[in-house]
Amino acid sequence: MTLSSLWVVAEPANGSFTSTSLELLSHARTFGATVSAVTWGDNGSTLAAQAGDYGATTLYDVGPLGDALPGVPVALAIAALVASVGAPDAILIPTSYDGRDIAGRLSARLDRPLLTNVTGLTDEGGLVTEHPAFGGIQMVNARFTGDGPGIIVVRAKSFAAEPAGGASASVVSAPPGETGASGSAKIVQSHVEERSGPKLEEAAVVVSGGRGLGEADKYALIEEIAKLLNGAPGASRAIVDAGWVPYSHQVGQTGKTVKPTVYIACGISGATQHMVGMKGSKNIVAINKDADAPIFQIADLGIVGDVHKVLPALIEALKARG
Amino acid sequence: MNVVVCVKQIPDPAAPQSFDSSNYLDRSGKLILDEADTYGVEMALQLVDKAGEGEVTVVSMGSGSELAGVRNALAMGAAKAIIVSDDSLRGTDALGTAKVLAAVIRRVSPDLVLAATESSDGYTGTTPVQLAELLGFPSITFAKSVVINGTNVDVNRQTESGYDEVSAPLPAVVTVTAGVVEPRYASFKGIMAAKSKPVEVLSVSDLELGGQVGPDGARQEITSVVRAESRQAGEKYVDDGDGAAKIVTFLESIKVL
Repeated sequence: MTLSSLWVVAEPANGSFTSTSLELLSHARTFGATVSAVTWGDNGSTLAAQAGDYGATTLYDVGPLGDALPGVPVALAIAALVASVGAPDAILIPTSYDGRDIAGRLSARLDRPLLTNVTGLTDEGGLVTEHPAFGGIQMVNARFTGDGPGIIVVRAKSFAAEPAGGASASVVSAPPGETGASGSAKIVQSHVEERSGPKLEEAAVVVSGGRGLGEADKYALIEEIAKLLNGAPGASRAIVDAGWVPYSHQVGQTGKTVKPTVYIACGISGATQHMVGMKGSKNIVAINKDADAPIFQIADLGIVGDVHKVLPALIEALKARG
Repeated sequence: MNVVVCVKQIPDPAAPQSFDSSNYLDRSGKLILDEADTYGVEMALQLVDKAGEGEVTVVSMGSGSELAGVRNALAMGAAKAIIVSDDSLRGTDALGTAKVLAAVIRRVSPDLVLAATESSDGYTGTTPVQLAELLGFPSITFAKSVVINGTNVDVNRQTESGYDEVSAPLPAVVTVTAGVVEPRYASFKGIMAAKSKPVEVLSVSDLELGGQVGPDGARQEITSVVRAESRQAGEKYVDDGDGAAKIVTFLESIKVL
């Protein structure tokens, strides 16, 4: 069965699509199917050029959502499109806070299954998804067996984002209609946390801390080294759960996927939860006092030592270089 | 204030995990309460406590007869549990799970449903929102704080750039991140009390969901499981005061410095 139509949920952020959305558009167009994007917000139609540049021929614009969370209205708009223009072969959605809401709402609304944590997608007489299992030691391939559209939720950095130079997508209005009680969650106020330096997902250098730091105050060492290397500080789930650092710093299955030039893991043992989010890094440096820590099995350079000694020494060495 | 907490009993994540012959996660060993669920249980207990009335009901589903994890939630202080336990649930997907949970929760008519953002075995991460859609409830995912404010639930919701203050009228579904509260340990008294707390066990036929659970309901299949390309371990040194220098040299070699 040849793929004829794919829809990509393209999340808007600061006047552009998110990087994961662009990755999905780029990959979707490799299947030879017609690609349509679905977006929302106050300026959805201004993204038509970018949607076209990355391979979409149509941009469905859900329009302004006011103070509503995107999950319900965007899912309802897509469900209405399925009813009016017919179902695509699959709907691709980025793994993100709002992306997962949209996927869950849409799945229940359409009564169609979904596959999440997807890191690869191929056409083998129908779409076959790839998912890392057990921290990425094994890869599971899966496919839908029933009627479409299948809903596929893809992790960040699974594909490269590459513009194709296509003409601007034609914009089609796709209002959500009445969202009722389900859509009654409202954003009262948004808070942006101060951040300096590169974003965690985009930084060429990521320096992450784990339980081995011993106490919350020691995370300052991680931040200082990240700053000296013009990188971003990250964290294991253990210290995020412990409340030492915000969730936005978390690298791993539940957090962010990073693929920097170098990942420096400090006091992180290497739980499968963590490894799946960073094992795609080009180079990995690990510092841990336990010589048998699993992180050493994937580290290009392993230092068996106390982070409380190695990290201050590293800070001195980096400062000495100026 | 009646709160339902959705919990899952999972194989111990610290133990080696594998697939069985059907390519399902091997669940034949001991099952424990997913640690990610303990935050929801604690949050529910605190909200009911603050309201001064109502109770916490734990809802779960699984293919086996294991109850230890659910007993753990009762030992923390939940009043009762409803478990859907049925061999035909093996191979149920996230949407099927949400259908089962929705059928149970409709019987309870709670003010609030809490769940983890995702389980620590399957990591699908969509069941609570699918559940909310089936129930017709608003949902707020990734809560870092939860407060009941009259007939609304007010949540600080994690975002890419910080957090949003979000409010929804009850009844609602809220998923909590780890760290939203510090889960209590079950006391000896709690563990003893849990033994006599009501645990209602239902089957799929009780819920009239035939054909919507198990592999038939999932409408998806695993086509293959392959070993991933593994990274080779590189050099490993015991720090002898020269660890930092070795890191600097390495960073130079890959042109980061």
